[in-house]
Amino acid sequence: MESAELLSVSNVSLSFGGVKAISDISFNIMKGEVRALIGPNGAGKTSLLNVINGFYHPQEGQISYRGKTRKRMKPYQAASSGIARTFQNVALFKGMSTLDNIMSGRSLKMRSGLFWQMINVGPARNEEIQHRKVVENIIDFLEIAHIRKQPVGKLPYGLQKRVELGRAMAMEPELLLLDEPMAGMNLEEKEDMSRFIIDLNNEFGTTIALIEHDMGVVMDLADRVVVLDYGRKIADGTPTEVQANQAVIDAYLGVAH
Amino acid sequence: MLYREAGQFKTSYAADQAMLPIRQDRIALVLLLVVAFLGVPVLGSDFFLSSIMIPFLVFALAAVGLNILTGYAGQLSLGTGAFMGVGAYSCYKLATYFPDTNIIVLVLASGVFSALIGVAFGLPSLRIKGLYLAITTLAAQFFLEWCFIRIEWLYNYNDSGAIEVPQRMLFNIAVTGPHATPTTRYLVILSIVAIMTLVAANVLRGRIGRSWMMIRDMDIAAELMGIRPLRSKLSAFAFSSYYCGVAGALMVFFWLGSAEVEAFDINHSFLILFMVIIGGMGSLTGCFMGAAFIWVLPVIIRAIPPFFGLDMLAATTEHISNIIIGSLIIFFLIVEPHGLARLWQIAKEKLRTWPFPYASS
Ligand SMILES: Nc1ncnc2c1ncn2[C@@H]1O[C@H](COP(=O)(O)OP(=O)(O)O)[C@@H](O)[C@H]1O
Ligand SMILES: [Mg+2]
Repeated sequence: MESAELLSVSNVSLSFGGVKAISDISFNIMKGEVRALIGPNGAGKTSLLNVINGFYHPQEGQISYRGKTRKRMKPYQAASSGIARTFQNVALFKGMSTLDNIMSGRSLKMRSGLFWQMINVGPARNEEIQHRKVVENIIDFLEIAHIRKQPVGKLPYGLQKRVELGRAMAMEPELLLLDEPMAGMNLEEKEDMSRFIIDLNNEFGTTIALIEHDMGVVMDLADRVVVLDYGRKIADGTPTEVQANQAVIDAYLGVAH
Repeated sequence: MLYREAGQFKTSYAADQAMLPIRQDRIALVLLLVVAFLGVPVLGSDFFLSSIMIPFLVFALAAVGLNILTGYAGQLSLGTGAFMGVGAYSCYKLATYFPDTNIIVLVLASGVFSALIGVAFGLPSLRIKGLYLAITTLAAQFFLEWCFIRIEWLYNYNDSGAIEVPQRMLFNIAVTGPHATPTTRYLVILSIVAIMTLVAANVLRGRIGRSWMMIRDMDIAAELMGIRPLRSKLSAFAFSSYYCGVAGALMVFFWLGSAEVEAFDINHSFLILFMVIIGGMGSLTGCFMGAAFIWVLPVIIRAIPPFFGLDMLAATTEHISNIIIGSLIIFFLIVEPHGLARLWQIAKEKLRTWPFPYASS
């Protein structure tokens, strides 16, 4: 299991007009691991996730997922091939309840046709109930039963992040991309979130790529770490290795290049 | 009878997912349907049926159509009037070509044509949003109005340029044309509106309705959950325009009896939009509240001065109701975008927890 490669990014470059967000980056993610992406603000971490799930199309390089290489793919194709994601600035469906937000993660797994939905009996109804059960399990797992029916727009930030994780979990992804899942959280919330991520990885075997600034969290969670700075990869290895790496220390201390 | 859910424990997800999980709401709906199907036709005068209830139902259905697109799928449209027109002219042509077919089947079929036209004019929604999209729907409105005047075939080359509703029978009773009684027409419209509203409610709380709201609230995240924006937006346009088209056909065949292009002009697009705004974006109940409010308020205001023995010009009462409606639209847009329906919901919420507001769930 450990040896299988799930995703590999080869020589990817991405620029916006004159701004080079990512320069010639290569790295891979193994099946079942927790892979952290770290680096100062503006290093290109979010852009890299956007490339992986098809929001941005890199000018150079290629990505292979489950051994299939592709140059362009649409976000919904990424979704249907098992890639889910959360956003740095929570991107929930604000007008919908917690329950509906997480149910929305099941969209791709629902099949019943328009006719059955119109009369809401038979397949449409059974399907809705069946998916509701899965969603309720996720709600229990994330300990958010008390906000089940509340519109998410009014929830505190920490809970919104949790609902967003739940929505991604509902997709039962093979690869889960988490963009700063603990940003702006207090210690207790971070501990809860770390616990969810570890459980998700251990119990469901979900492969996780995670952007995080808190080195303590990265040390605890990650199997391997990629370090980016100014769009370039400056280090790649286990948390202990990268922490000892001189280039990484320089980047974080702001030494002039 | 208190409005409480005490003792009503939902023991299954099916029960929890029911349209109206609280028993009192279900009882209220049944009562409402009994009044609408039995009380109103028995007690209501012909004037009440044909000038208040029938137009109210037609507009409520059109508001459901627009609300699906604007309130649920987040795509603003100013072409409602014209989409209603497509339904009406289609129904007229269908009635010409298929004189022996059940008129209700033709009304329901005519919605398909407005759905197709709606999809065609919804295509730009993939690239443009908000106000810009509203402007393309405005272009649709004017283009279709032009068609309704210039394409004489649409009104069978009548000199008047109007479509005149022929008489059609159902079980030996005249349902359209001059001999159809207000009661018959009311009951036909009521049945269609009730069933179509139920269908809309079903679709809106299932996968398809959720996909519309996902696109409305956060389109990039929706795409990441596997929603295809084009498919989802166009299905909203199709669904919405179908409802508007059927409303337009009902309007001409079961209410006005004949119509020219003016019945489908931009004023009607705005009228329906105001009903949706006042009633509440993203609420089916709101569509009915908004339609009732905007259609009935002027009638009431007109009746008030004579009631007190005052003599007021018709123009004055009309201005007064315009001022009231105008201020309310501004109020709702700024303060409560979810409209009357939301105010009603808040009132119910208060009642549910009264007198212990802190004991809410
Ligand atoms: N959509 C965009 N348009 C223009 N520039 C962008 C866009 N997205 C990211 N960038 C630029 O790319 C660089 C990397 O940004 P980002 O990937 O968000 O960094 P990080 O997530 O590591 O903080 C920044 O200089 C940012 O300004
Ligand atoms: Mg970022």
